[in-house]
Amino acid sequence: MMASTRTAPPRRRRGGAPSPAAPSPHRRRGEGARALLWLSPWIIGVAVFFVYPLLSTVYFSFHRYDLFTLEFVGLDNYRYAFSDARVLQSALNTLWLVVFMVPAQVLFALGVAQLLAKLKRGGGILRTIFYLPSLVPVVAGTVAFVYLLNPATGPVNQVLAWFGITGPDWFGSAAWAKPSLTLLALWGAGNTIMIFLAALLDVPRHLYEAAAIDGAGAWRQFRSITLPMISPVLMFSAVTGVIYAVQYFTQAMIASRVASGATDSAGSTFTPGYPDGSLLTLPQHLFHTGFRDWSMGLACVHALLLFAVAMLFTLILLRRFGKAEVAS
Amino acid sequence: MRFVPLAAAGLLALSLTACTAGKEAPPPLGAQPGPTANGTGPAADALPPATLELWHGFSTDVETKAFEEAVAGFTKKFPQIKVTMKKGVQDDRITQAIRGGKAPDVAASFTTDNVAQWCKSGAFQNLTPVIEQDGIDLGVLPAASRAYTEFEGKRCMMPLLADAYGLYYNKALMKGAQPPKTLSELTELTKKLTVRDADGNIEVAGFIPSFQYYENSPSHLGPMVGAKWYNDDGTSAIGSDPAWKQLLRWQKELVDWYGYDKLEKFRKGLGDEWGAEHPFFEGKVAMILDGEWRNAMIANDPDAKDMDYGTAPLPVADDKPDLYGSGFTAGTVIGVPRGAAHPQHAWELVKHLTTDTGSLVTLSNALRNVPTTRAAMEHPDLARDDDFATFLGIFTHPKTSTLPANVNSVFNQDAFSTFLTQWEKGAVKDLDAGLAGVDKRIDDKLKLSGG
Repeated sequence: MMASTRTAPPRRRRGGAPSPAAPSPHRRRGEGARALLWLSPWIIGVAVFFVYPLLSTVYFSFHRYDLFTLEFVGLDNYRYAFSDARVLQSALNTLWLVVFMVPAQVLFALGVAQLLAKLKRGGGILRTIFYLPSLVPVVAGTVAFVYLLNPATGPVNQVLAWFGITGPDWFGSAAWAKPSLTLLALWGAGNTIMIFLAALLDVPRHLYEAAAIDGAGAWRQFRSITLPMISPVLMFSAVTGVIYAVQYFTQAMIASRVASGATDSAGSTFTPGYPDGSLLTLPQHLFHTGFRDWSMGLACVHALLLFAVAMLFTLILLRRFGKAEVAS
Repeated sequence: MRFVPLAAAGLLALSLTACTAGKEAPPPLGAQPGPTANGTGPAADALPPATLELWHGFSTDVETKAFEEAVAGFTKKFPQIKVTMKKGVQDDRITQAIRGGKAPDVAASFTTDNVAQWCKSGAFQNLTPVIEQDGIDLGVLPAASRAYTEFEGKRCMMPLLADAYGLYYNKALMKGAQPPKTLSELTELTKKLTVRDADGNIEVAGFIPSFQYYENSPSHLGPMVGAKWYNDDGTSAIGSDPAWKQLLRWQKELVDWYGYDKLEKFRKGLGDEWGAEHPFFEGKVAMILDGEWRNAMIANDPDAKDMDYGTAPLPVADDKPDLYGSGFTAGTVIGVPRGAAHPQHAWELVKHLTTDTGSLVTLSNALRNVPTTRAAMEHPDLARDDDFATFLGIFTHPKTSTLPANVNSVFNQDAFSTFLTQWEKGAVKDLDAGLAGVDKRIDDKLKLSGG
């Protein structure tokens, strides 16, 4: 009599491939614990520095909170924030920076990096010159720009006047204030230029040589070789640029304060956003609401709005670049 | 993955407990029997030795030296008490320290904007029990000083030194004219003293009426017409008080006479308010609104110190001559934060710095700020030249006013200033509707703040 030798069919994973011998539950738990142990620094970091503050922000957003006393107010802070014209104005200003300043900075940095990559001589000096502004402290750089662009006494408008051009009011005009900040951002784009330069120099030369043999011109080479090869760096610059723009604070605050000439003294306060609220960014409004107006619950609503905007732009960019990468 | 709900519960617990940070019961101020009224005698000796921490906003060498001298008077009186000082401290740092349970024993602030919040929230201790215990007569302080150091009957601050605002005029540019006493005279003189070039650009301005110019805030200009910020219930009175409309219409008329664009071009080309290139020093403006401290700045500036200038009260509305001599006042405030390690000692220090005549005279002479008590103002050792005496007169004038303490003080000033910028550029067509909008913003925020 033959003994039955039927065995259970091998387990199959979802992909259809047969699985190796399944580990015992005890071993699986051991591996899981070990994985968690290795991940624990990250998990603790995220929990303490991201999840906890985020939950606290949500919690405080439903309260009237003046840093000392706490009172539940339901959706009052949300209702107030969404009917506050200054929130809309600051959000639109921040949006302007994301839509115009970030692309301008990326394109400028890419253009300069392209030129630097092509240079045969003097590249080192020019690299230093373009990088130096990014070493200047932000506050000093901004103050210097406001003085340079002063409509009455600044050298820029004086030089423009030599050519018969009446210079604009720069930081004193609601229409020109954000473009003036964009100029400041371009001046300080040294880091981005260096990142692009490194990426461009990393593109294999033989690809260009092969494309040139096939008759591809400069534009075709740029579109079909350079862009796909540096697209991860482009994405990095765009995403960090957007996050930076969404959090834009110091330059706008300093430019606004210096251009207005206003100071805080007894019975006199500085209103951020000069001129006409055109430089009021969402982070400034948030800070002012929380730490000058003592409305921390309302400031938490602003913070959540800021978080949502930053997430939205980041997701859009990741999707766009993800599709582009697949296509290429 | 049992740890996930555990971690979530932990985080939730952390979130819920976060709001209770800094809620330790403060040591009671005024619970013990106090020393004698003047802080001397056996009761003063009875205070045990201690080291006090004092935070203040003074930062320059002259300021800190003067403040140290005033504090030295206290340690001489209380040799068992040491005082360590931290200079250049701003309000947000004080607030954070109190929240974190690391409050100093005594803290001073340059602005009065946070007094309402500090008093309301209990961040600074109520001084009324110890003031009553020590029999201090607050009547020695002008009403305006009392107003900016308390909120809703809770006095959590004392005035340390005061600022008063008046008119400075350059005698050479005035060409013999007397300082104006009414708004009409100010307008007339401004037009007379203003110098323009062939293109109409301003070279010398008689008086700059822009609300965006240095000290020309609505708080400082409002007293010229007796304007009121708040109703008794804390709501905005800006739209309903006709005095503001009177001020704004006068101001706009003068801005339009200059031409808004010309005036802005001139204003933006002026030097720094706190530097040697101040337009008043450089003879670019004949009359300015400024605080009493400008006297010291002029005296200390190597180029400006020889300038022939004078001071006077601000001109007032033509139909309110009784306001002449008054002005705006506010100043440095000092108190005992919640959680102070030695509250009784701290109160003795606050009391000394704010009520001791010798201390106030020392500080005033060094910093050229207005001392707050009548005794200090009348003291023979107080340096009082004519230009400084003008501000002593403004400070003590019964109609002199301040920006009353309000939980949304900064917000309210922002809301009004934002409107005024639109107003002076001509973007507001309906003044009544615009001011009603300011009222709404202020009142909505008050409601959100629980007012």
